[in-house]
Amino acid sequence: MPAVRVAGLTVRYGPLGTAPAVDGVDLSAEAGEVLVVLGPNGAGKTSTVETLEGYRRPVAGDVEVLGLDPRADHAALTGRIGVMLQRGGAYPILGPRRVLDLFAGYYADPVPTPELLDLMGLQAVAQTPWRHLSGGEQQRLSLALALIGRPDVAFLDEPTAGVDPEGRIAIRHVVSGLKESGVCVLMTTHELTEAERMADRIVILSHGRVVREGTLAELTERTGVQGVRAPTTTVAFGAPPHLDCAALAAALTQATASSEPARATETSPGRYRIDAAAPGPALTAAIATYLADRGAALTDLVVGQTLEDVYFAAVGADVAQQPNNEQDRGPTRTRRRRAARRPRP
Amino acid sequence: MTQHTQTTTTGPPLATAGALRPLVAQTGAEIYMTLRRGETLLLTLGIPVVFLVFFSKVSVVSTPTPNPADFFVPGILSLAVMSTAMVSLGIATGFERGYGVLKRLGSTPLGRPRLLGAKIVTIVAVELLQAAVLLPVGLALGWNPGGSGAVAVPGAIGAILLGSAAFAGIGLLMAGTLRAEVNLAAANGLYLVLLLLGGMIVPISKLGSGLAAFTKLLPAEALSAALHATLGSGAAVPTESWVVLAVWAVAAPVAAALTFRWE
Repeated sequence: MPAVRVAGLTVRYGPLGTAPAVDGVDLSAEAGEVLVVLGPNGAGKTSTVETLEGYRRPVAGDVEVLGLDPRADHAALTGRIGVMLQRGGAYPILGPRRVLDLFAGYYADPVPTPELLDLMGLQAVAQTPWRHLSGGEQQRLSLALALIGRPDVAFLDEPTAGVDPEGRIAIRHVVSGLKESGVCVLMTTHELTEAERMADRIVILSHGRVVREGTLAELTERTGVQGVRAPTTTVAFGAPPHLDCAALAAALTQATASSEPARATETSPGRYRIDAAAPGPALTAAIATYLADRGAALTDLVVGQTLEDVYFAAVGADVAQQPNNEQDRGPTRTRRRRAARRPRP
Repeated sequence: MTQHTQTTTTGPPLATAGALRPLVAQTGAEIYMTLRRGETLLLTLGIPVVFLVFFSKVSVVSTPTPNPADFFVPGILSLAVMSTAMVSLGIATGFERGYGVLKRLGSTPLGRPRLLGAKIVTIVAVELLQAAVLLPVGLALGWNPGGSGAVAVPGAIGAILLGSAAFAGIGLLMAGTLRAEVNLAAANGLYLVLLLLGGMIVPISKLGSGLAAFTKLLPAEALSAALHATLGSGAAVPTESWVVLAVWAVAAPVAAALTFRWE
């Protein structure tokens, strides 16, 4: 039995319950698995997770956590789940030690406070009121509160948001430890790098629906059409900003003797993406030669699709399929994002 | 972190700490936080003590009793109850809601009934502390309650309990529906209005007949009238005060429960 199971989940908001937040989502996660839910703002991530936590009442669908109904069996579940909110959730005048001691009082067999303070690197600020902690320290305390009851399922909402590099490493270590001890971790995030590093499986939501699902390897094998291998080679690299992308594409097409023209895009200043019908080695060699001829440095070259490519392709594809979607905020944002990714003239 | 031993997806909930331990932990934290908040101490102890001493010693308001302390001790005790049960509870709960604390607590084994229980115990504890401070100060100022203590004391305790429920309901009604900052302003504004119209410092007879008739419908006036009767002259609580207090003690918490938003 999965630790978390969602089938046909539909959640709606608004006074008449007409605004769809989640629209027929299916997902599941096993004990000892890290499932990362990705998606833009308004995609339905938080609504899905909060339904699993028992905060939201679904309009339709089946939801189970550890075989229990999160609302009907809420009291029975609270001792077995850990919840990390995206922000807040702690008394502002209490320091980490005192708030951890307080939460320890709710559980029969809590993790000892000193152990959690050490694990999260909070010993030095153990007496500092929450309101005086840095954003990263507040996040680490929030994660500690989610773990203090030794949960079987941990719901982590944006655990690395605002956390410094050392804190991120600590949080990755904690998530890895949870997985090894058989805890099911369901995590939402905007940070694709963290998803790549921590996820066993990834679900991408857009407009309340699952638009991609799989392991990182499975997802990055695909192009815009689910299940079809890329007919092209994709290469991402760093170089001086504002290269002439048209000239670059033409040069690569010629150098690799491709039957189809290559595409070059400056995805952000100094960051480029090439899509070409050519083998990877030939394409990378052509890129290196092109840049070397112009005295331009080549950095961070990645062959193949990244999760970022998959993510934007998935979110963009979903937008294209729903031109008249009731929730117009998402498409607008996505259009802006896609516009920002277009090559500069 | 210590390795988890329970990884199965079925079975009974093993991780809750029984009924009493979470309640004790939460009550301890609530009392600690209440006593750590300087503004709360000022509101619940500082202002009542200063008002009691000032108005008993300085003849600013003419009182219906020969000894000013006999009027101001019951009135200020009513003010103290209102400060604790409505303003302090309401503002703290509003900010806890705004900070997401209530939402997070909802996912723990503490549960709402025990959270509410902890807040009730905290109110009672603070009110006992207020009585322990205000009554000796009143005695030092010459407060001399007459009549029968056997009638007055149970009546006063009953009125304080009903008044606490009424004020807590009003405080939670605002805390559960307004933004924390708006709730802060509204609670303080209502405190000031009820302070002036509740017969706690300004005798109702000074308000004029029309306004006085209106104030008799307020829980503040009903509580101060009940305490003036019991702790001022040792008489029983007037029936109309019982009725007004009872209605507010039921209606306000019910309204709060129906409208309260936990996040």
